[in-house]
Amino acid sequence: MRVELTSEKLHGSFVAKVEEISGQDLLSCYQCGKCSAGCPMSFAMDILPNQIIRLAQLGMEVEIAESKAIWLCATCITCAARCPRGCDLSRVMEALRLLTLRKNVDAVEPSRIPEEALADLPQIALVSCFRKFTA
Amino acid sequence: MMNLSYYPGCTLKTKAKNFEDSAIAFMSTLGIDLIELPRWNCCGASYCLADDDLIHQVAPVRDLIRVKEQSVRGILPLKPPKVVTLCPFCYNTLKRANLIVKNDPSKKDTLNSFMDDEIDYQGEVETVHLLEVLRDDIGWEAIAEKVKVPLKGLIVAPYYGCTLIRPREIAIDDVERPTVLHRLMETLGATVVDFPLATECCGSFQSVSNPDLAAETAWNILTLAQRQGAEALVLSCPLCEYNLGFQQKLMMKKHGEFKGIPTPYFTQLLALALGAAPESCGFDQGYTDSRALLQSKGLLS
Ligand code: SF4
Ligand code: SF4
Repeated sequence: MRVELTSEKLHGSFVAKVEEISGQDLLSCYQCGKCSAGCPMSFAMDILPNQIIRLAQLGMEVEIAESKAIWLCATCITCAARCPRGCDLSRVMEALRLLTLRKNVDAVEPSRIPEEALADLPQIALVSCFRKFTA
Repeated sequence: MMNLSYYPGCTLKTKAKNFEDSAIAFMSTLGIDLIELPRWNCCGASYCLADDDLIHQVAPVRDLIRVKEQSVRGILPLKPPKVVTLCPFCYNTLKRANLIVKNDPSKKDTLNSFMDDEIDYQGEVETVHLLEVLRDDIGWEAIAEKVKVPLKGLIVAPYYGCTLIRPREIAIDDVERPTVLHRLMETLGATVVDFPLATECCGSFQSVSNPDLAAETAWNILTLAQRQGAEALVLSCPLCEYNLGFQQKLMMKKHGEFKGIPTPYFTQLLALALGAAPESCGFDQGYTDSRALLQSKGLLS
């Protein structure tokens, strides 16, 4: 992928916002890939978890917003438990989701969940899904 | 009798009644009296991971204040006050919310000032999971002495999922290699097999928005356990039971060779082994049916 880096992107408000919401120092990540190796959902992601944090470091807001990966994260906390740098990627993923959700945009439309599924899904699944994926 | 405050949470009152019922069925045998927390509210299920968001911590902290109130009124003998959970999502959310109150004085003040008539809260309440009570307060030996129906010949794979063991600060056991469910099953006389995905996420709430992907993750877990010889996967979470149990129908459609595997809760097997009436174990209400397997081992008539 060809990437244009600018000082505005690297030191812009997007990086600051992600760091503020997540409470993580994005540059603490040294790209070892451990997070992606253990992520149970990475097989389905278009951008791997370690690539997400790299894009976040570089301020590449549009690429992240267009990716499916942040909506496939199951907040299982495996990445955070294993990161050798103590970086909590699950919190970075949450911050990136919130940057979309806080614009009042839903990633999951509750009315589209099939009725049969609603009848059987446990409450913790529904409440968690709405908490993580709706505005 | 040991009186313990008990926080059930929403799922145990609805979709996972058999989880709660089977736990209650053996409590008195082990000398525990669970006192359901009065006026509890939903904890929010999934812990909020945003640093700048405190409103989502109000619900779990309010629950913890209710426990402190019980203790102040002398209803609970234990000091510091303890609350027992069964649902791992509730365990995780309550425990992590309490860490904020304990570790961040300014957030603690904000949370306290947000409450109406509730008493002042300093993070005194300890949230524990029932598995910790079994291991730390009762102990394997005491449980072994009470076993009436040893689970002889039953080959089980313990499965831990995420929220009891991650993140590290709230883990009830080793993060990468938990053993508490292993020890419990051995205590009950079952044969325990280990498999590498015992702590892998089952897909969690992705089964709401991406059921096929979550089912693929869960299928991986089940087939690996089966390859190790497991006849049942022992669970501790209603969402795991949905993903690993209910969704087996979906897996069978996609993977013709996949044969199902029962997914009982540890509480059901514990109740059975301690001699509880089979009806109170709730084997007829699960997403999968363990009865044929248990009957084939002569553990259930
Ligand atoms: S495990 Fe940690 S350091 Fe390694 S790539 Fe992932 S976030 Fe970066
Ligand atoms: S928290 Fe999200 S990104 Fe991290 S391992 Fe789990 S699913 Fe993957």
